[in-house]
Amino acid sequence: MSVLLIAEHDNAKLKPFTLNAITAASKMNTDVHVLIAGNNCANVAKEISSIPLVKKVLVCDSPNYQNYLPENLAPLVTKVSEKYDHIVVSANTFGKNFMPRVAAALDVSQVSDIIKVISSDTFMRPIYAGNAFATVKSNDKKKCITIRPTSFESAEKSGGSAEIEKVEAVNVPNTSRFIKREETKSERPELGTARIVVSGGRGLESGDNFKLINDIADKLNAAVGASRAAVDAGYISNDHQVGQTGKVVVPDLYIAVGISGAIQHLAGMKESKIIVAINKDSEAPIFSVADYGLEADLFTALPEFLAELNKLNTIQK
Amino acid sequence: MKILVAAKRVIDYNVQIRVKDDGSGVHTDNVKMSTNPPDDNAIEESVKLKESGKVKEVVAITIGEDKAQETVRKALAIGADRGIHVKADSYIEPLGIAKILKKVVEKEKPDMVFLGKQAIDDDCNQTGQMLAAMLNWPQATFSSKLNLKDKSLEIVREIDEGLETLEVNLPAIVTCDLRLNEPRFASLPNIMKAKKKPMEQLIAKDMGIDLTNRIEQLKVEEPPKRKAGIKVANVAELVSKLKNEAKVI
Repeated sequence: MSVLLIAEHDNAKLKPFTLNAITAASKMNTDVHVLIAGNNCANVAKEISSIPLVKKVLVCDSPNYQNYLPENLAPLVTKVSEKYDHIVVSANTFGKNFMPRVAAALDVSQVSDIIKVISSDTFMRPIYAGNAFATVKSNDKKKCITIRPTSFESAEKSGGSAEIEKVEAVNVPNTSRFIKREETKSERPELGTARIVVSGGRGLESGDNFKLINDIADKLNAAVGASRAAVDAGYISNDHQVGQTGKVVVPDLYIAVGISGAIQHLAGMKESKIIVAINKDSEAPIFSVADYGLEADLFTALPEFLAELNKLNTIQK
Repeated sequence: MKILVAAKRVIDYNVQIRVKDDGSGVHTDNVKMSTNPPDDNAIEESVKLKESGKVKEVVAITIGEDKAQETVRKALAIGADRGIHVKADSYIEPLGIAKILKKVVEKEKPDMVFLGKQAIDDDCNQTGQMLAAMLNWPQATFSSKLNLKDKSLEIVREIDEGLETLEVNLPAIVTCDLRLNEPRFASLPNIMKAKKKPMEQLIAKDMGIDLTNRIEQLKVEEPPKRKAGIKVANVAELVSKLKNEAKVI
């Protein structure tokens, strides 16, 4: 039977991680159907119908799905999933929020945050914040799966013409109300999805010194991260924390400055494509995972780094 | 009002995980165990609500082997009033855990159930949401700010794009983010007092719930090791490598 994928969108446009989830879903079964639940979301349906990997688009248009409250969304997904073997969504705050409700309603044990599809019932997923990889086989008849978007390529966006079918809304419990959403108004990219992350640790010695990190981040259009030690010392707020108890990041470039490399920090960044470590302690564990290590005092190295970057004609955005 | 707060005993977040050579899992013998970090936030918030006078009773629950009682004792030392230990000697998936909690909720009838947003061992991020679905309650996941009203709860939650504010009717499930509060340490006198607080024991397999795991763990392995990198002599060389060799800037 086919795969049902739940699209993430803002009622006007598709969110990009849906494309990664479509790739993952197509590895479970090539007959990928996408459900869009939203309010006045016809444009999103059109956008999805042109994705070549998508064979059918199901649209449920109702004010009840405007803000994708899980109490409202889960009963719809549960009903639509009757005809499917796999129910798939990206493992971000959108998917994590409602998919376990669907799994519970179907009496299915969910497989969370997979990084590889081995077969239609066997998947690889990180455990212990990526310190180990588990290969797991789901014995449930139906499978509820969330996928880690950064582990799958994003699907081609144009060239397809899948049929669009309407789906009736289902009753909602009216137990929760959306009040507002405040998108982080930072000039910098979001930590979880940034292409480059520059992080500071206890070596920065004060919150004011994070300016050195911010300057580099601005130059590289990077997000700013921090070690737990820097957060605990009060140098920076904990939404910047990278690590097992903070955010797990997988950027193309991760620059760790004045971070020794405690286990719990490494767990949050060691899957980054290129890692740079700047630290004055030659024995710091961070050097064991760094592609490029610079043994230097950060207070001289960072201004030099900025000066060198300023010399470059172009910097990738 | 009454809160049931659930906590899990996990390998301490500072311990370097070691995968067993036979691929059957990770080493847990003689490894330091602690309360799952976001569960500490859940316990802290429950106790703060009690201290504010809005909540009358906080009941702490854990599910696991005998040693998991330490997790409940710690919650009692922080300020929970009584504890429940559901004895289970082997791993139970979040679906089974949610079913056990549902049974306890039906008996205890709390106004809210607090949990951490995710356990740092199996990283499933499911239990709170599953419990909410089974009870047909609303949920406030990844909560970083709470405002308890008479019949509802206003919460700010962490989402990928920033923050979201919701209002949920009571009873409700709350899963806690690390930003919700700063968990306190238990004082020695409170640790002593906690030893006298009541702790009820239930046996998971005698609760009349099918706890058969649905997911087979075929293999656990080390993630691929990173190739050893190089040391660069100075900042100019670093920038040149990033630009011309790694091509990331």
